Amino acid sequence: MAELDTSGGGGKGGKVRSKKASTRVDLTAMVDLAFLLITFFMLTTSLNKPQAMDMVMPDKDEKEQEELKVADDRTMTILLGSKDKIEWYMGTVDNPTTPTVADYGKNGIRKALLDKIKSVKASTGKGLFVIIKPSVKSNYKNVVDIFDEMNIVNVEQRALADISPDEVALLERDGIY
Amino acid sequence: MPRIKVPRKSTAIDMTAMCDVAFLLLTFFILTATARQQEPLAVDTPSSTTQIKQPTEDIATLTIGKGKVFFGVVGPRVRQSTLDKMSERYALPFTPGEKNRFALIESFGVPVGNLKQIIKMDGADRNKAGLQPGIPVDSISGQASELHWWIYNARVATKELNGTELRFSIKGDSKEEYPTIKKIIDILQKQEVNKFSLITALEGKD
Repeated sequence: MAELDTSGGGGKGGKVRSKKASTRVDLTAMVDLAFLLITFFMLTTSLNKPQAMDMVMPDKDEKEQEELKVADDRTMTILLGSKDKIEWYMGTVDNPTTPTVADYGKNGIRKALLDKIKSVKASTGKGLFVIIKPSVKSNYKNVVDIFDEMNIVNVEQRALADISPDEVALLERDGIY
Repeated sequence: MPRIKVPRKSTAIDMTAMCDVAFLLLTFFILTATARQQEPLAVDTPSSTTQIKQPTEDIATLTIGKGKVFFGVVGPRVRQSTLDKMSERYALPFTPGEKNRFALIESFGVPVGNLKQIIKMDGADRNKAGLQPGIPVDSISGQASELHWWIYNARVATKELNGTELRFSIKGDSKEEYPTIKKIIDILQKQEVNKFSLITALEGKD
């Protein structure tokens, strides 16, 4: 370039040597970034597959409307009402024993379930049978929650059934319909 | 006595090899990761303690939200064959081009009569929220509903092509009212599909 040489002409051999720069680059930051991304992709790939809760429904025969016969003393009916509330009772709807309004979760229905499993086991020697009847006012989350609760307390014998007008009346009486 | 001099070593390590490995792994994970599919109906699934993962083959998903139902089956060949059977059933001819495009649609929710319009659109337009009205689930004058036939034909197509039973999973919105869900379960049960799974997110036991 057009620059004036101001060095005063001293020195032999006026060649200017460019400094040899090292070709090494500090890769630490790059490695950090790479591992961060690896961690991210590893975690997201295994987590983005959704969970599937299996449901088995009884065979429905439209010609024969045969009701499932289960002993009253070991049947618990759970009615799903509005406002995320549950009402449960033992026995039949004509003569329900201890109809109780409960909440979902650990301190609500789970306590009642564990209690009843124990007492039914003690008195009849068999497992508890649970019939789940969601009302028109309940939502999908309620249904999933109650089935999940069944899985947690290991109630194998359970069924999803339609709610009857008597049971709707029971929900109405307790103000959760 | 003369002191022994310990040569001072540099603390810098050669990172090149480590960098190579890191990027190799990174590439692997990016390539194996399945891209998140865009869904025309966004639903917020409820959570449960179930830890079983959803299978990825021979599965049909019924997405339910805001009173609408969307249907999607895995695999382009099964989709195409299902469409063939549907077009036969409703006497609606589709061109080979339309069939090929349909084979790439992950999930849809329109009456069969409007299917051509949806096929014509490109992905981004098609998946706009609120555009697709959902598949009709009510049976009209004794005729089984459209959803019934979609489910039935998808099952037949899977059986013919893969020789396996099609599995069903219901992906419902948390806020969805129970009657809508019940309608779908009833349609499944009418075809004696008594086993299906509910798609949930993961949560703790408390």
